[in-house]
Amino acid sequence: MRILFDLFITFVKIGFFTFGGGYAMLSVIEDNCVEKKKWITHDDMMNVTVIAESTPGPIAINCATFIGYRQAGILGSIAATVGIVFPSFAVILIISGFLDNFLEIEVVKNAFRGIKCAVGILIISAAVNMIKNMKKKPLPVAVLILSALAMLAIDIFSLGFSAITIIVFAAILGLAVFAVKGKKSEKI
Amino acid sequence: MIYLDLFLGFLKVGCFAFGGAYAAIPLIRDVVLSYGWVTDETLTYMIAVSEMTPGPIMVNLATYVGRSQAGFTGAFVATFAVVFPAFLIMLLCMFVFNSLMKNRCFNSVISTLKPCVTGLILAVGIVMTAEAFFDLKGEGGFDPKALFITVLLAAAAFLPPVFGKKKISPIMLIVVSAVLGVVVF
Repeated sequence: MRILFDLFITFVKIGFFTFGGGYAMLSVIEDNCVEKKKWITHDDMMNVTVIAESTPGPIAINCATFIGYRQAGILGSIAATVGIVFPSFAVILIISGFLDNFLEIEVVKNAFRGIKCAVGILIISAAVNMIKNMKKKPLPVAVLILSALAMLAIDIFSLGFSAITIIVFAAILGLAVFAVKGKKSEKI
Repeated sequence: MIYLDLFLGFLKVGCFAFGGAYAAIPLIRDVVLSYGWVTDETLTYMIAVSEMTPGPIMVNLATYVGRSQAGFTGAFVATFAVVFPAFLIMLLCMFVFNSLMKNRCFNSVISTLKPCVTGLILAVGIVMTAEAFFDLKGEGGFDPKALFITVLLAAAAFLPPVFGKKKISPIMLIVVSAVLGVVVF
């Protein structure tokens, strides 16, 4: 019971003090769960990051579920996951209550017009970071460019496809690559 | 029924959002716009607010959109739906953790998913940046003041690393953009 409470409180803390999304959260999770609490090792943290990046959903949720499960099974994973979601949920619920009227104020409106310019740049900068860490081989680069162009086309011409279609195509391509390379029995 | 729509919509987001918060934004945009829950304009505000408030952006957005459509229960349903797939899939991964990391088929799929997701994020970033000062779909309205702010922010975001300086944090960039917005407009 104590460990469940400890998991919950620790992840509430992590959830409450990290701004800017999942990648910012990873370092805070590592600081708390590897360095301070020693719940998992550094290697585990690396592995969970890889899995978190390659499974759907918020990365922080994946980490919380993993660490919670390691410590106290299914109940532990629930305690940690609820813990990390709770602050977001509470803060947004409170803020969104008065934000609708908030946006009518002239100063706030202008501030948000400024912020609108920043959000796109932040997203581009996230993509740039990912490109930097990517293997610069022909296939990934081609997939990247094609996916970007497809998404741009969908957006600009309001086509009836969605991002999910592109993701499914990429996954099928990955399977096809495996099928071809698998037959040659070479290592990837 | 709105609760069911919210649940299914965000379950879809939770199931297909590979690679973190920014990867989820194209999906959330798709789902939210196709149901007609909020406009592109409002969604941009919501993303900005989600950036500035603590926690995973996806969770913040789900809570926000859910609340705007169906109050507290809506917020709860949307948040649960976006978190649940990640939770469940992670639990399943725990059982096959070691063999999965060595599985070549799994690795092969991941190797194409990663660049695909990166491309999607890049495209959405470009569209959203352009839409801040240029009306892409409508009359082609152009806003020079917004372009000015965008150029300043882009310089602040991308130039420091070129000169070996530390990157400006996302929170800092948003604060600066808000101040610029008040000053310029």
